[in-house]
Amino acid sequence: MSMNRSIKVSVTLLMAVAMLAAAGPWLSPHDYITTNFDRLLASPSLFDMHLFGTDDLGRDLFVRTMLGVRVTLVVAIVASLVSLIIGVAYGAIAGFVGGRVDAAMMRFVDTLYALPFIFFVILLMVAFERNFFLIFVAIGAINWLDMARIVRGQTLSLREREFVEAARLTGVSTLRIIFRHIAPNLIGIVVVYVTLTIPQAILVESFLSFLGLGVQEPQTSLGALVNVGVTQMEGAPWILLIPAALLALILLCFNFLGDGLRDHFDARHAE
Amino acid sequence: MSLLAVRGLTIRYGDNTVVDGANLSVERGESVGLVGESGSGKSQSALAILGLLPQQASVSGSIEFDGQQMLGADEDTLNSLRAHRIGIVFQDPMLALNPYLRVGAQLRHILLSHGLAEKAEADARVIEMLAKVGLPDPERQVRSYPYQLSGGMRQRVMIASALIAEPDLLIADEPTTALDVTVQAQILELLEEIRDDTALLLITHDLGIVAGRCEHTIVLEQGRVVDAGPTTSLFASPGHDHTRALLAAAPRVDRGAAPQPVSASTLLSVGNAAVSYRDVTAVSDVSFAVKQGETVAVVGESGSGKSSLVRAMLGLVPMTAGRVVYAGETLEGPVEDRALSQRRDLQLVFQDPASALNPQMRVQAIVEEPLRVHERGVGGADRLSRVVAVLEKVGLDERYLRRFPHELSGGQAQRVAIARALILNPKVLVCDEAVAALDGSVREQVLDLLRDVQKETGLSIIFISHDLAVVRSISHRVLVMYMGRLVELADNASLFGSPKHPYTRALLDSVPVPDPVVAPKRAPLRGEVGSLVNPPPGCVFHPRCPIAAAICSNQAPTLVDHAGTRVACHLVKG
Repeated sequence: MSMNRSIKVSVTLLMAVAMLAAAGPWLSPHDYITTNFDRLLASPSLFDMHLFGTDDLGRDLFVRTMLGVRVTLVVAIVASLVSLIIGVAYGAIAGFVGGRVDAAMMRFVDTLYALPFIFFVILLMVAFERNFFLIFVAIGAINWLDMARIVRGQTLSLREREFVEAARLTGVSTLRIIFRHIAPNLIGIVVVYVTLTIPQAILVESFLSFLGLGVQEPQTSLGALVNVGVTQMEGAPWILLIPAALLALILLCFNFLGDGLRDHFDARHAE
Repeated sequence: MSLLAVRGLTIRYGDNTVVDGANLSVERGESVGLVGESGSGKSQSALAILGLLPQQASVSGSIEFDGQQMLGADEDTLNSLRAHRIGIVFQDPMLALNPYLRVGAQLRHILLSHGLAEKAEADARVIEMLAKVGLPDPERQVRSYPYQLSGGMRQRVMIASALIAEPDLLIADEPTTALDVTVQAQILELLEEIRDDTALLLITHDLGIVAGRCEHTIVLEQGRVVDAGPTTSLFASPGHDHTRALLAAAPRVDRGAAPQPVSASTLLSVGNAAVSYRDVTAVSDVSFAVKQGETVAVVGESGSGKSSLVRAMLGLVPMTAGRVVYAGETLEGPVEDRALSQRRDLQLVFQDPASALNPQMRVQAIVEEPLRVHERGVGGADRLSRVVAVLEKVGLDERYLRRFPHELSGGQAQRVAIARALILNPKVLVCDEAVAALDGSVREQVLDLLRDVQKETGLSIIFISHDLAVVRSISHRVLVMYMGRLVELADNASLFGSPKHPYTRALLDSVPVPDPVVAPKRAPLRGEVGSLVNPPPGCVFHPRCPIAAAICSNQAPTLVDHAGTRVACHLVKG
């Protein structure tokens, strides 16, 4: 099985963006925090190495954008992994065990659904000190609910399929049935759902940052940069356009990656 | 001028030609059968006639309906033709009827939207039509939703909706394939009675249906018309090898040699088995035994409990009462609690190979999985050679090892499923409708394979089927079940030669015979299988029984031995 093109292209682009984000700030003479009042809202230029220009406080935007990409990627990937691990395990157990266990587990999910998310996040932020870790918890805590429901539904229908019955009849162990017969048939839908989760996590993170509940200044993320950019859109459009373009590129890449991975994992599409 | 004249019809999807230069014509009032195996292009041709092919299809040739060219006609013309002059009945009425509309509303809509009736008289016409198609109590049933009706009743509604506009041509695409055989007989009879001078194009894979019902027959093979002519002469002297092959592969319920009875010791016995799901009793008090090297068939319509019976026997569903004895040992509890040694001797082959094989596993992994469980000591190389050997036994070679199930045809996939069941050299093979999803010629090959394996290894087979013609050709003994009860248990020769129970006789009379000389019998049974939730008192068959007497409605019959045949009927004597 060879990787298909959309996987290759999107992985290459994502790796390039990630490497630039990792190495960029070292290569630049500036840092993300120093303000330069001589060069407020400077446009991108090679002169004194403000490649992406500066913001309204005179901070170098190249370094800040790279920092934003780091934060955004880390938040998105970690939050999605959290929701993936909790959601798949929870959903698969509920679906495969079934009966009362399933009913109890899913009613718990329903209860969590009923909590207003923003209220929940504000409570978290007020109760604890604002930090990075809480953002993962907050985003992961909502996303795994959807994942659990989807995986449970799929497991329920797979459990009734005849190949699972054939395996039971032969004496294949429950663990092996889950890993050999159920899990591989879940991958397609899980991968698709994760790629929907990543962009969603990115958007939620930028929304939280906008409310002042996410990443705190002087730290930044792509979402926070876009929000700043909106206020300067008329005088200095690059402040909006550059992070917005990067955000769009990352979202597109994850979407294409999801499509490609779905085809790759599904034996019926792979050639 | 023919009512419908199709000339040189060719349908392509990209490079794939599904219909290749087909010619066919239907005269006014005539009934024409279009037969072929799956993939022969018969449904595609019907969709082309209706102008319902998907956009990707490229169609050429000519389709003239009553002198009017339909290929390339605009949507308005097609809509008007489809509304007023061509009716269609699909295989699955559940998909063809709108689940959110009451059946009366659907028929009313047809009348009103095409201006076929005034609002005031529409309701009366709908009820009249539903009465005509034999829907009981039509005044009340117009208010039913499709899901509240049985499959047979839904198909009657579908026929009503196809005929309510009084079309000139009715196209029926496998109209009875999803139905039980007694209901199939009713629907075929209804189609014949009700169509008056409407021409009928009947599309089917079953030569028996065409033989009894159609004046002309057209045979399709891989998109080409290979044979066509009046039904009687076409069946008497087929003009093409493919027609001969189809006829040879069509098993006949009315004749055929019975396999020699087996005299060996009993290997497996089921005593007084009962299966209940909540308040539904699916199986009650069924006993039978299987000898070594014997094929025992379990036949019955849907809801007869034949699948529940063997699933309970295997431990896949709980058995409410009764016991299973295999080789002197009692098999108890769910399959997970049984000893591995007991499990390896009883294997199951499912109806639909597409869902019985894990789509994410290759053939090799699928077939070797039982070995991994039961013979852990076997090394990779030995395992591979065992897999290759069993694949050869079912007629597949090494090239298939690396394939995924979706890369196999239906017949190949079923062979893989059989190979998986045979790799542990089981003593009993349960085939649950194992050939029902296969085309005629492939079905014969798979049946031959089962016979060969049995001859070679002395395998016992429990063969669940609704198809009595197939059962006649393969089984030594037959169990006939109705609504969870065993109604007749006989050896092959006596069951097909002198059936005793009225239900068995009706079943046999319902099976279409692929021979136009044998006139189709009138549908032998009225009504449909009763409710399992609330079964009729006395003999469960009495509401449909043509010979029911007073005793039948208040006293349940017991199985009584009549010269080797066991029958549960008050009225069978000696």
